[in-house]
Amino acid sequence: MINALGRPQTVLLLGGTSEIAQAVVAAWARTCRPLVVLAARPGPRRDAAAAHVESLGLEVEVVDFDAERTEEHPALIDAVSREHDIDVAIVAFGVLGDEEQAWQDHAAATRLARVNYTGAVSVGVCLADVMRRQGHGMIVALSSVAGERVRRSNFVYGSTKAGMDGFYLGLGEALRGSGAGVLVVRPGFVRTRMTAGRSPAPLSVTAEQVADAVVRGVARRDELIWVPAPLRGVMSGLRHVPRPLFRRLPL
Amino acid sequence: MSEQSPGKGSGQLAGGGRMLAGWGRTAPTVATTRRVADGAAEVAELVRRAGPRGLVARGLGRSYGDPAQNAGGEVLLPLPTRIEHEPDGRPGTVRVSAGTSLHDLMAELLPRGRFVPVTPGTRYVTVGGCVACDVHGKSHHVAGSFGRHVVSLELVLADGSVHEVGPDRDPELFWATVGGMGLTGVITSAVLRTIPVESSWMTVTTTRHPDLDSVMEEMRTGDRDVTYSVAWIDTLARGRSLGRSVLTRGEHARRDELDTSAAARPLVAPGGARLRVPPGVPGGLVRPLTVRGFNEAWFRRAPRHRTGELQPLAAFFHPLDGVADWNRLYGPRGFVQYQCVVPDRAADTVALVVDRVARQGHASFLSVLKRFGPGDEAPLSFPMPGWTLALDLPARAGLAPLLDELDRLVAAVGGRVYLAKDARLDPARLPQMYPRLADFRSVRRRVDPTGVFRSDLARRLGL
Ligand SMILES: Cc1cc2nc3c(=O)[nH]c(=O)nc-3n(C[C@H](O)[C@H](O)[C@H](O)COP(=O)(O)OP(=O)(O)OC[C@H]3O[C@@H](n4cnc5c(N)ncnc54)[C@H](O)[C@@H]3O)c2cc1C
Repeated sequence: MINALGRPQTVLLLGGTSEIAQAVVAAWARTCRPLVVLAARPGPRRDAAAAHVESLGLEVEVVDFDAERTEEHPALIDAVSREHDIDVAIVAFGVLGDEEQAWQDHAAATRLARVNYTGAVSVGVCLADVMRRQGHGMIVALSSVAGERVRRSNFVYGSTKAGMDGFYLGLGEALRGSGAGVLVVRPGFVRTRMTAGRSPAPLSVTAEQVADAVVRGVARRDELIWVPAPLRGVMSGLRHVPRPLFRRLPL
Repeated sequence: MSEQSPGKGSGQLAGGGRMLAGWGRTAPTVATTRRVADGAAEVAELVRRAGPRGLVARGLGRSYGDPAQNAGGEVLLPLPTRIEHEPDGRPGTVRVSAGTSLHDLMAELLPRGRFVPVTPGTRYVTVGGCVACDVHGKSHHVAGSFGRHVVSLELVLADGSVHEVGPDRDPELFWATVGGMGLTGVITSAVLRTIPVESSWMTVTTTRHPDLDSVMEEMRTGDRDVTYSVAWIDTLARGRSLGRSVLTRGEHARRDELDTSAAARPLVAPGGARLRVPPGVPGGLVRPLTVRGFNEAWFRRAPRHRTGELQPLAAFFHPLDGVADWNRLYGPRGFVQYQCVVPDRAADTVALVVDRVARQGHASFLSVLKRFGPGDEAPLSFPMPGWTLALDLPARAGLAPLLDELDRLVAAVGGRVYLAKDARLDPARLPQMYPRLADFRSVRRRVDPTGVFRSDLARRLGL
């Protein structure tokens, strides 16, 4: 259960090696001791992530998960839910790819779409089913400000995030009254391994800042948050900038 | 019938499920509710057909946290008001259906010169809920808690069998059910002992105390001579005024103590709520500033010392019942009540707790301090001899670590928190606070090996 002050007992990390997911767990570990179910592809990165969770003093369970193997998702999520209520599920997987390669290389583009969009839709449907049966729970979808208004500079990635963002906002509406909720998180540029080497955009944030916002958002049963919060205003302005002008902005 | 229907603070949903929350409105979940119209046979059938997420009974949802919720499962609303006087010819007893509210029961009893043996701070609670939480009142130091006044219970167990249990009939199961938070079975009816009263009025003595020491000293020495006693503390006052409070004590008024207007109607049932929080009042009215102002005004208004004031019973016992839905003033994020008890030898801990809360500036409207007498045999019953303090706190950031710290202080001296109020305890702390938890679990294993009875509280704390 998620208690009155927003502390969960079981957290499922889909894309458990993600730095943001790890930071979220670390943020919770400072106040409570949820069991962490870490879903990721087997390998050294997953081992390291599991070890990190343990080093925080939390119990961890590891399950095999590949975002692209959507046919395996229903059975996997069902199996996890048989063992524990899934109080919070964090949809944290995603790939960024090389922006210019992405739209010119068929394999790269479709992989981005499969992981970031199809994979996210796939787990979203499964999680919604489980949480409706549970009568409670929260799905945290790590979206991106890149999906709010898709830019030329990374439009393949941005379009997948736009799609997943829209899906989870809609899922949140569909789940109203079921006891389950969806929190869509739109961080700005997050300085992580995934973005290493890229020059940070204005209003960039750390994984820890995103994590704190997620923990707060879950406690408040929020539906949509921006990290940092002022991004909301900035983006609602940018959203309506006419295309010819938008094109020329240094974004 | 009471005008407050079961499951207040909840809403019916299209899918047949219903969003349920406790009085604090903090962690709502969805369950399928089933209103029981008939007796034990119907309950037994529902229990036998329970789905994989089990079921739990609910009264009027006046517990602050989640004991009367069962996410994804079923929630039964036991049989409403049925009252039979002096069943089996036993004078002074009543047999009541589990869904009978104390409000309705008082309405039946008062004209006959009887009263409920124990009443919590609201009368919109059911007899089933009072047994399951083993509730206490302002008379705990002399009367003990609710379970002590129960002659017998009719209980539907997990296998659908119906049992009559009491202190002399399967006492182990009886005492596990008293304070058992609905996890041993569904109580369908209870036989209770009532107490005689000459009037529905109270003679009240009020004294104002400038700090915690003085009020505690007064309670320590004087409570044993009075039936009802409670102190309301201003938990925002700091420094020398830390714990300043108003102590209220009362006795049921005798006929010869009534003034002429009261004597004209000596035995009247309490009325319903006069006020209602209008829909759409902004949430978050309860803030440190407003609470500070309120507490200040309230303290100054109280007389320094006044004896023998006649008060209607409802004003004395249930001042908050005058405003229906007052819990909504805390806004959509709700609030938690922190109620703890510490043994006599750890009276200092009360001051520590009040000091921590005052320092952190978490706004608690008038907090309540009471003295407890001896507890009972129920393994999960809350009261123990000592001091109990209850604070209402809005659910806002920073509250979790504060309450964890209070838990540490309380547990360290052998105290505990009240499960009927809890919504956030760390499950790891439970066995320390309830050393007889294993006894409770063993009874539960005996009568419900597959875990038919489940609640959000049970899941959250691993009961
Ligand atoms: C303003 C206010 C003041 C209060 N003051 C006090 C006080 O002074 N002292 C005190 O002790 N408490 C106090 N309480 C708490 C309240 O008395 C208890 O929580 C009480 O149990 C609520 O009764 P209910 O009928 O609403 O039960 P619910 O809150 O609906 O349920 C409480 C528990 O009882 C179980 N239950 C209910 N019916 C049955 C049944 N038929 N069979 C089996 N289990 C059942 C439920 O499963 C649940 O675990 C106060 C609460 C409020 C809101």
